[in-house]
Amino acid sequence: MATKEQILDYLQEVFDPEVPVLSVVDLGIVRKIEIDAEGTHITITPTYTGCPAMNVIEEDIRAKMKEKGISSFDIKTILSPAWTTDWISEEGKQKLKDYGIAPPEKSSPDKGLLSNHAKVLKCPRCGSMNTEMKSFFGSTACKSLYVCNDCKEPFDYFKCL
Amino acid sequence: MSDTKAVNKALFDYLLWLGDNSLILGHRLSEWCGHGPILEEDIAITNIALDLIGLSRLYYTYAGELEGKGRSEDDLAYLRDVMDFKNSILAEQLNGDFANTIMRQFLFTAFSYHLQNAMLTSTNEQLRAIAEKAIKETTYHLRHCSDWIIRLGDGTEESHKRVQDAVDNLWMLTDDLFEPMESDKLLIAEKIAPEMGAIRKQWDATIKQVLDEATIKTPEPSYMMKSGRKGIHTEHLGFLLAEMQFMQRAYPGAKW
Ligand SMILES: [Zn+2]
Repeated sequence: MATKEQILDYLQEVFDPEVPVLSVVDLGIVRKIEIDAEGTHITITPTYTGCPAMNVIEEDIRAKMKEKGISSFDIKTILSPAWTTDWISEEGKQKLKDYGIAPPEKSSPDKGLLSNHAKVLKCPRCGSMNTEMKSFFGSTACKSLYVCNDCKEPFDYFKCL
Repeated sequence: MSDTKAVNKALFDYLLWLGDNSLILGHRLSEWCGHGPILEEDIAITNIALDLIGLSRLYYTYAGELEGKGRSEDDLAYLRDVMDFKNSILAEQLNGDFANTIMRQFLFTAFSYHLQNAMLTSTNEQLRAIAEKAIKETTYHLRHCSDWIIRLGDGTEESHKRVQDAVDNLWMLTDDLFEPMESDKLLIAEKIAPEMGAIRKQWDATIKQVLDEATIKTPEPSYMMKSGRKGIHTEHLGFLLAEMQFMQRAYPGAKW
């Protein structure tokens, strides 16, 4: 029977379909792994309620477990505590940066309730701080779109939640 | 001693109301897909649509479990008729121009925000968990709409006029957001659902704050339409459902 550590290793091989450099473990959506007489119980939590990747992620976890010969397991989804970008591992943040996505800043309760004030971010490509937000909502629910005024490249920011 | 069965029935109706609001508005917003005024806004609106549809799934799934008749989220979304829908009539209104869409969104989102905030202390664990999840997204939505209202209201003569027209036209549908059902009393007594009075006050304050900053006049109280939760809708909902439910109606049980 596989140990908890092994299951965690297997899950490191399951990637977020929208940000394929982050594993579900890096992303912080694997909340719990329990092993008892009945098998392996994996608890996950969604990033965004409308994230279309969640179903795919669950399917991918299933496929990975089968591939590794884990036959009796179940996947439970919980909502509380609600996922936060603070749960993305340091390693995950580095991977995001290498992939060209600015990692989330610490999720402080973001400024005022009624107005967007864009965060000052460092361009993941050239390191310039001369960047600006183009759109708070980006290519997927979890990202905002920025552009670097020095190297002129657009880049994604994995926004805080 | 309260009657568990009656409370569960009241909660089921309450969940359908929440789910229908979210689904119908989400569907309306999705109609902007590919038609946004600028690419960034197209993406923003469809992102918000996805969040809303995702949220409706949570409410429907819980409602189905509570009912215990084996109805799934899809059954509740696709196989109920127009009179069974409890959403506010504001949510079902046509998109109109961008000012109208964003005003409808702002009026609704300010309501959702304060409601979800109150539900963070619900005695019902599942409702609390959903609120905890949803409010993070709703906060972003509220900021987005508020920004637009201020930018357009305090913008050009044309944009100002359109935003003022939008709020004047939609205002008569806003009381409907807060319209309670008799059975809500059971939920309020159990501290499952919050009282609407407090939420109304917070909503009024948020609306006024943003409209003032946008140099838009808050409309005077006037005739109000209040019938959504009773299943009495404007003509627009039937057409919306005809499109949204087409696949399940034409091919019952069809799966991806
Ligand atoms: Zn740069």
